Amino acid sequence: MFPPLPNPDVSAQKPPLFGEQDLVRRSASRVPAPARQLTPVAKLIDVSKCIGCKACQAACLEWNDLREKVGVNRGVLDNPDDLTPDSLTVMRFTEWINPSTDTLEWLIRKDGCMHCAEPGCLEACPAPGAIVQYSNGIVDFIHENCIGCGYCIKGCPFNIPRISRVDNTAYKCTLCSDRIAVGQGPACQKACPTQAIVFGTKDEMKAWADLRKKDLKSRGFDKAGLYDPPGVSGTHVMYVLHHADQPHIYAGLPDNPRISPLVRAWKGAGKYAGLGLIALSVVAGVIHHLVQGPNRVTQHDEEEAERLAGDKP
Amino acid sequence: MTDRTHDDIPEAHVRVPRYSGSARVNHWIVAISFILLGLSGLALFHPSLFGLTVLFGGGQNARWLHPWLGIVLVIAFFGLFVRFVSQNLPERTDITWLARLRYALSAGGEDYLPEVGKYNAGQKFVFWSQTLLILVLLGSGLCLWQQGQDYLERTLGIHVSIETMRWAAVIHATAAVLTIIVFVIHVYSAIWVRGTIDAMTSGTVTGGWGWRHHRRWLRRKVREGDVDVEHPKGTSGS
Repeated sequence: MFPPLPNPDVSAQKPPLFGEQDLVRRSASRVPAPARQLTPVAKLIDVSKCIGCKACQAACLEWNDLREKVGVNRGVLDNPDDLTPDSLTVMRFTEWINPSTDTLEWLIRKDGCMHCAEPGCLEACPAPGAIVQYSNGIVDFIHENCIGCGYCIKGCPFNIPRISRVDNTAYKCTLCSDRIAVGQGPACQKACPTQAIVFGTKDEMKAWADLRKKDLKSRGFDKAGLYDPPGVSGTHVMYVLHHADQPHIYAGLPDNPRISPLVRAWKGAGKYAGLGLIALSVVAGVIHHLVQGPNRVTQHDEEEAERLAGDKP
Repeated sequence: MTDRTHDDIPEAHVRVPRYSGSARVNHWIVAISFILLGLSGLALFHPSLFGLTVLFGGGQNARWLHPWLGIVLVIAFFGLFVRFVSQNLPERTDITWLARLRYALSAGGEDYLPEVGKYNAGQKFVFWSQTLLILVLLGSGLCLWQQGQDYLERTLGIHVSIETMRWAAVIHATAAVLTIIVFVIHVYSAIWVRGTIDAMTSGTVTGGWGWRHHRRWLRRKVREGDVDVEHPKGTSGS
C-alpha cells in the first residue's frame, strides 16, 4: 500500500504549489476571496500503529533546524515533558488499563497542532497577519507579524502554541507547509517507520481511516474510529483511535473540542460592544455639554466666598 | 480684560489650595500611564485599532510595555489612594446627593444639593470604581502576562491554567472598558465644571468654585485659615 517514498525531483526549481494568494483567513484582518480552491490536505495519525519510537520528533527537530535543551525525566516515556517552542510535536504515552479486558494498553498519541478548519488561535490573535489559514487547510504562524501576546494559547482548544523566550513569538507545528508547498509530505510522516503517520488529501485520508477502522473492528476494537472533531469543523490532522468513543483517555485529547465561548465572547461581540460603550460615553458627554452648557462659577459665588473668607470689600 | 473674560470668569480674590505639588505630580503620572495603557490595550482589543501600536514602536513593543505601564499605574495609583481615601469615605449626604443626581447634572442645580466636602458622591464613585477596577485589571493582567504567570507560579505557587487565562481575558477586557468609561466621566466632569482643571495644574481653585461645588470643604478651609485672600486692588491670579 505504501511503498518507500522516492525522493522528489529537486533538479528544477518549481514555483511553490501555494502561497499568500491562497489565504482564506488572516488574523485581525481580511483577505480577498482566493481565486482558486486548493485540495484540502490532511495528516492522519494512526494511534493503533504507533510504536512510540519518537522518530517523528527527531525528524521535526531536524527539518525545522531546532534543538531542544536537555530536560528532566519524570519517570515516564514522554520526552520532552511537554510541547515547547522547539518541540513542535511530542509523543504522549498513556498506560491505560482497559476495564473490559483488564489488560494494559499503550496509548501513544503524537501531540501537536491539529490544523483546525476553525482555528481558535487565529480567532484570538490581535496581530494582523500573524496567523494565516490556506485554502488547503494549513494554519501557519507568520513570525515576523507575531507580537508574542499569547492570545493564541487562550484561543486554542488543544493547548498547542508555545511562546519562545528567545524571540517572544509563538511556535507550533506548521504541517511542514514549506515541504508541502514543494510537493513533499511532512517530515514526521516521512520518518515514521510504521506508517502510523500518513499524508494526503483529506478525502484520501478519510478513506484510509475507514479501512483502518474496519481492520481494527475485526480485531475486537468495537469503538475504533476517526477523530475529526466537528466542534472545530474538522481538523487537518486527524487520529485513528482504537477507542474513539473516549478520546480523553489519550493523554487528555478533548472529547468535543471547540473554541471556548469565553474566547468567542471576548473576540466576537465583546470587542464591538466594548468600543460601542466607550463611544457612547463620549457622545453622552458631548450631548450633555451641548444641552447644559458649561457649569461656570458666578460672580455671586466668588462674592459669597469672599464674604466667607471675611474679606468682603 | 476682554468682555468675554469679564462675563465668563468672575473676578476671584480668594484662592484655595486643593492639591499639593506632590499630589499633582502623582496624579499626572497616573494620568499619563493610564492613557498609554489605554492606547496600547485598545490596540490589542480591536483589529481596527492595531495601528495605535506605531505610537510604541510596533506591536512587540506595545505588548511588552503595556504590563510594565500597568505596574507603574498601580504603584502611582496606590499613592493617590493613600492621599485621598480619607476624603472619599461614604457619608449620609452622599445618598441625598445621588438621589438628586439630575440636579447635580444640570448647570444651575447645585442649590438643590447638600453641601459637600472635598469630594461629592460622583467623585467618590470615580475614586472607588477606579480603585476596584485597577485591582481587577492587576489581577487579571498578571494572569495574561507571561512574566506575571511566572511570578504567580514562582512566588505564590499559583499555576494559571488556560481556562483561567480565558476568564482573565474576558474580565480584563470588561474591566478595561469600564475603567475607560469612568475615565471619560472623570475627564468630562473636569471640563464641564469650569475651573476644576486649575486644581490639578496650579493646585488652587477660586473661592467661588469652592463655594459653588464644595461648600463644606471651603468652610473647613476658611476655618483652618488655609485660603489665600487677595485684596481687590492686587493683581488677581485668575
